[in-house]
Amino acid sequence: MKPNNTAIRVNNISKCYRIGLKEQIHENIATAFLSLISSPLSNYRKYRSLYKFKEIDFDNNNGSHPDLIWALKNVSFDVNQGESLGIIGKNGSGKSTLLKILSKITVPTKGRAEIHGRVSSLLEVGTGFHPELTGRENIYLNGTVLGMRKHEINKKFDEIVDFSGIEKFIETPVKRYSSGMKVRLAFSVAAHLEPEILLVDEVLAVGDAEFQKKCLGKMGDVTKEGRTVLFVSHNMAAMEQLCERVVWLNKGALVGSGPARDMINQYLDMASPNSLGPDGDLSRIPREPSFETIFINGELNGLPFKEHHLIHPLAPLTIKLKLNLSEAMTGCGFGIHLTTNSGQCVYAANTRWNYGKIDFPEKGIYEFECTFDKLPLVPDKYYLALGMRNQVRQIDWMERVLCIEVSRDDVYGTMEFPEKSQGFFLTQANWKIDNKVTKRF
Amino acid sequence: MLILNSNRVSIIQPASKWQGLNLKELKDYQDLFYFMVWRDIKVLYAQTIMGFSWALLQPLVQIILFTIVFGKVAKVPSEGLPYFLFATVAIVPWTYISQAVTESSQSLIAGQNMLGKVYFPRIIFPLTPVLSKLIDFGISLLIVVITMLYYRVHPTWNLLFLPIFLLLMIIIAAGAGMWLSALAIRFRDVRHSMGFVVRILMYSAPIVYSASTIPDKYRLIYSLNPIVCVIEGFRACLLGGHIVWMYILPGAITSLVFLIGGIFYFRKMEHVFVDVI
Repeated sequence: MKPNNTAIRVNNISKCYRIGLKEQIHENIATAFLSLISSPLSNYRKYRSLYKFKEIDFDNNNGSHPDLIWALKNVSFDVNQGESLGIIGKNGSGKSTLLKILSKITVPTKGRAEIHGRVSSLLEVGTGFHPELTGRENIYLNGTVLGMRKHEINKKFDEIVDFSGIEKFIETPVKRYSSGMKVRLAFSVAAHLEPEILLVDEVLAVGDAEFQKKCLGKMGDVTKEGRTVLFVSHNMAAMEQLCERVVWLNKGALVGSGPARDMINQYLDMASPNSLGPDGDLSRIPREPSFETIFINGELNGLPFKEHHLIHPLAPLTIKLKLNLSEAMTGCGFGIHLTTNSGQCVYAANTRWNYGKIDFPEKGIYEFECTFDKLPLVPDKYYLALGMRNQVRQIDWMERVLCIEVSRDDVYGTMEFPEKSQGFFLTQANWKIDNKVTKRF
Repeated sequence: MLILNSNRVSIIQPASKWQGLNLKELKDYQDLFYFMVWRDIKVLYAQTIMGFSWALLQPLVQIILFTIVFGKVAKVPSEGLPYFLFATVAIVPWTYISQAVTESSQSLIAGQNMLGKVYFPRIIFPLTPVLSKLIDFGISLLIVVITMLYYRVHPTWNLLFLPIFLLLMIIIAAGAGMWLSALAIRFRDVRHSMGFVVRILMYSAPIVYSASTIPDKYRLIYSLNPIVCVIEGFRACLLGGHIVWMYILPGAITSLVFLIGGIFYFRKMEHVFVDVI
């Protein structure tokens, strides 16, 4: 077998959805009654139009029609066998649609793709889990749902159970599991898939940090074994670690493809904070649809949040936040993260560590302030992320709210700084230097 | 190092052609099919007090009810047989058909979460209840056996034909399941109409009355109803008497046409399921 055989060939794939199914509003009983009689036919047309596209829709105005959105438009690329390819892009750029098409969940409106080899797709962990079934039964069910055969699961059963770390509860119905246990079990099944081509959507966003790391490791192994992997994630650090090549999508169209590091850097430069409102307004920053807008305003060292803040190394950093709660909420905690350009968190504070869980007794505006006495980060650019969660779910989460640049002050008095490969912190080490050496600046 | 089997090439493109079953693909997913059926069976009576006794209770209550209403009060003629016996051999297969069709019609909607997250042959969804309900049917055959023993019915050679009617019963459920589930995912009206559709189907077949009350000149048209053919077949096989093939064949042919049509319709529509959920 030649090493450079094509595993996936995507050729001019487009996918069109129809939106704008508006409910009619009736002004009086008479029109409401009339429409009751005439609505079956118009309803039928309406629902049919969800998947019936007339050629005229495409030809008119270059395919742009107020009712139509193109989730993907003429996307083409190839993936070689054994290659791991990442797909990046903002929310709504068509990444997930692309994976859904390649995993045959939905069909493209136009175009064609060829896939050479056995495919498994992982768009969600734990698909098909049934709460009444035991852990063992769910492993078999979930495994076959993901495309494994029964004899393959038999062979790997012990390994799967080991990896999940819940041997003791394997005969217990899954409805008695904690949510963490469910995720671990589901992920263990997924991690033991052995297809020739693996399509993975943002599934690493679940589970605790330690388990995530374990899964990342396992994924890394998978790519090293010569499998072809397509990987969608917002975690740029993981992406850089796992993928050789990256494809960048924006609004359904291919922006470019190339070596992972180059593309990710280009993408991050483009995606630098820009939706920050005036006077530190955070409410306009786009969130994932499942999140609420909790953080509404922020100040940094007494100044309203702006795109770029410059601070001195080892200087104090005070962040003031205004939270808007639409209802009382209990068992919460929120955190302030400083991340690198690729999304890796290097410094953080969380109310949970200092105060356990906090309760908000009623709806309204709350103010918090957090001070780091001496921010010990190495001169570089860092990005602020803010998140809040309760016991059950993530309530708000924003990445790259703003950039904090630590200036290159001469903290050591030597004009020397730690390199990037030497850690993120300005350490204050006490040396005892042998008298026989001479010091030279 | 992994051994790559690049013989497997799948093409992804806009599809609208009519196509039949992909048996090779179904074979690849046979284990999944097995586990889906098994999940249905295992979960159905979870956390109930009666457990699998429900499979007996449901038809039994209906048989008793019909015996009182149609047998004793309305005095519907039952070909000279005790009404209880007459009703039992019809209601047991009918209970299977109605339950399997009702569940099958809702199978895609119930599984829409899975539908949007993973691919496997979509036809597995409506076929799962068709198979899993066979367990209930098997259990409820106990009622038939006990009733026949009680009334001292001697089995005849007709019993050898029973597998044909069992198969037809399954074919009807599968055919209707495919048509209705493919419609139901697009038009939720199906769910609201299932209640009276099932009732109309029941009265359209000789379950509570005897087919011999139908005037002879309409009998052939009447026999086109596939449920008529199954019920008549069950009665003749279990209780003896003459199997009138002339009144059986039309229904058998319609049920086959219905099944094949269902497969093609389902396969044509399956590409849009995810987009219309």
